[in-house]
Amino acid sequence: MHDGIVLDKVALKLGTVDFHFDCRIEPGAITAVAGPSGAGKSTLLNLVAGFERPQSGRIFIAGHEQTASHPSERPVSVVFQDHNLFAHLDIFTNVALGISPSMKLSSADKDRIEIALTRVGLAGFGKRMPGSLSGGEKQRAAFARALLRNKPVLLLDEPFASLDADLRLQMSDLLIELHRETANTIVMVSHDQAEIQRLADHILLMERGRIA
Amino acid sequence: MLTIAERRRSIGAGLTVLAAVILFVGTAVLTLLAWDGEQSASRLFTAYTWSILRFTLLQAALSTLLSIALAIPVALALARRPRFAGRAWILRLMALPMGLPALVGALGLLGVWGRQGILNGWLTAAGLEQPVSVYGLSGILLAHTFFNIPLAVRLLLAVLERLPAEYWLLSASLGMKPVSIFRFVEWPALARVVPGVAGLIFMLCATSFTLVLVLGGGPAATTLEVAIYQALRFDFDPPRAIALAFLQIAVTAVVIGLIAFLPAATDTVRTAGRKMLRLDGRSATSRIWDSLIIAAAVIFVAAPLVSVLAAGLRADLWKLVTGPRFIQAATTSLVIAVTAGVVAVAASLAIITARQAIRDRRQPNPAERLLSTSLAGTSSLVLVIPPIILGTGWFLVLRQFGNVASFAPYLVAVINALMALPFAVRVLEPALQDHRQQTARLAAALGIRGAAKWRLIDLPVLTRPLLTALSFAMALSLGDLGAVALFGSSDLVTLPWLVYSTLSSYRTNDADGLALILGAVCLALTILGTAGDKENRNA
Repeated sequence: MHDGIVLDKVALKLGTVDFHFDCRIEPGAITAVAGPSGAGKSTLLNLVAGFERPQSGRIFIAGHEQTASHPSERPVSVVFQDHNLFAHLDIFTNVALGISPSMKLSSADKDRIEIALTRVGLAGFGKRMPGSLSGGEKQRAAFARALLRNKPVLLLDEPFASLDADLRLQMSDLLIELHRETANTIVMVSHDQAEIQRLADHILLMERGRIA
Repeated sequence: MLTIAERRRSIGAGLTVLAAVILFVGTAVLTLLAWDGEQSASRLFTAYTWSILRFTLLQAALSTLLSIALAIPVALALARRPRFAGRAWILRLMALPMGLPALVGALGLLGVWGRQGILNGWLTAAGLEQPVSVYGLSGILLAHTFFNIPLAVRLLLAVLERLPAEYWLLSASLGMKPVSIFRFVEWPALARVVPGVAGLIFMLCATSFTLVLVLGGGPAATTLEVAIYQALRFDFDPPRAIALAFLQIAVTAVVIGLIAFLPAATDTVRTAGRKMLRLDGRSATSRIWDSLIIAAAVIFVAAPLVSVLAAGLRADLWKLVTGPRFIQAATTSLVIAVTAGVVAVAASLAIITARQAIRDRRQPNPAERLLSTSLAGTSSLVLVIPPIILGTGWFLVLRQFGNVASFAPYLVAVINALMALPFAVRVLEPALQDHRQQTARLAAALGIRGAAKWRLIDLPVLTRPLLTALSFAMALSLGDLGAVALFGSSDLVTLPWLVYSTLSSYRTNDADGLALILGAVCLALTILGTAGDKENRNA
């Protein structure tokens, strides 16, 4: 059985566009999903995350079929381009929700959260509100949550698109560090050629709802 | 960007409106102040006024509490189900009570919940002796929730729908259960606006006149507004009316002051073009709960409307509309509504353009800044000084000049225009703002001015918002009973007054028919007004 992600003849129609995905994504590697707007990059990610269900075909993640399971049952963490943090909750709570969605935390959990925050360079930021953080710091907090959740698959939907060039380099370094530590499978949608060159082990090129 | 002449003209028009409003409202208030001051002052805090004040605040507080508490589950259920057949129609239904004259709504409620209503019919058929009574506090609460639950649902739903789409995806991805989603996502969002929405509803309920007049029962269930009306109309006791009027002004001023201090709802970022995807609430219990909640809300709002329609159709409509009483009342109402609408729209235009002309100057001088602030306050002055008080003041002024009835139509038209002013300004201001931003530089560069500018640049774009404001103002005036109640007589009969007096003389069948016509006209005007409105297109 394949340990990465398998989309087996997955088909889906959204509006007037037919999507068709049939591919394997290598475990423990960084795979970039590239292609023009509307080609289906985000739809591919949504299918793996469970935000969309295929009309036919099957999806396997880390050796188990996940075609119809709820997003929370999948061994997956997601980081979006924006709005990864609930704006009205402080950073600690935002990260803690990754461990316990009802905020029932043991003291060991609390220690782990502080460690994760330190690990991404946000030590002491727990009480701050997302509005007082820069774009880069917010994404770091999202990574801290993903790190804590420790799922084998990390899905990134243009996570650095709203950051400036310098910050993108820093965040790429952080991503690679975390990836080496956890050996997770990363699928990343990106528009940035240089970023893809820098980070990706494999590239999936999308075109008009299909993998080219 | 304006020429000196244009600026002068705009500011001059603004000053004229400001002076006219201050003169009109000031005369009413000063008359009340000057009228036999000592006697009124001694009547300010009697056991009677205390009990009226207490009841006014009590019913407003209970109405607000019930409206918000019942609106929250409905808004949550509707937000949880972004697409199901008929959702758009349910949202349109929730917009209807706002355009419905209070009197027509009250008749509909009586048709469902009243002594001879559908509900008591079923109860009697089921062998229950004691009918449900809708007079007194329970009737007032029922009516206020009927009008304000839909309002609260729409406001709260808008807040939930403005949340970033990622929030719902994240909470699904993190495995948050409904309780957690409510605690960490939905409630924090609602909690920011609930105080403001509650303040608005409290204000509407503390100043509601018609519903209390029709459904309140006797002195035990009377609010300040209705007590003022009774003091003047039945007992002719001006000192008592004046004492009550000052309590009323104090209450509204305090409430408006408190609302101003409440944290304004922060505008969260709209996720452009991304459709909402809700993965929570997929369980059977959640589906059943949401269906029940939505169905209950729909029945609660729709039943009185259906009742108005059904009861109205039983009346001999043709005979009613061709009768001399109806034709006279309809003509009077139409003339008053058109006058009030045109005055309100013209005054709003003057207020807005004067403020724009002042904002146009890089460094406005203190006098100009004061004028701008005063103009902004003018449109909401009528919220502090309710129509019934303007009416009371002017009633006392005009009594010295002979028969009040001969001045009454003008007075009612002006009071209606003032009532419509805040709404007209709210509709027109953003439209004029956008229009100016898009055209002002170009028009100035090309030297298009005066009548040509109005005809070529302004009118084509502003026709729609102007008509929207006009139809809102006309609907408000057509359905209003508050201003006309003090002056209604055989000389001055408007449609709402005709419905009310027909109802009071127990010709309920005719009253039902008239209410249907009045309700249909007002709803048609409101719907016409919102037809092209972008914000309401999806609603």
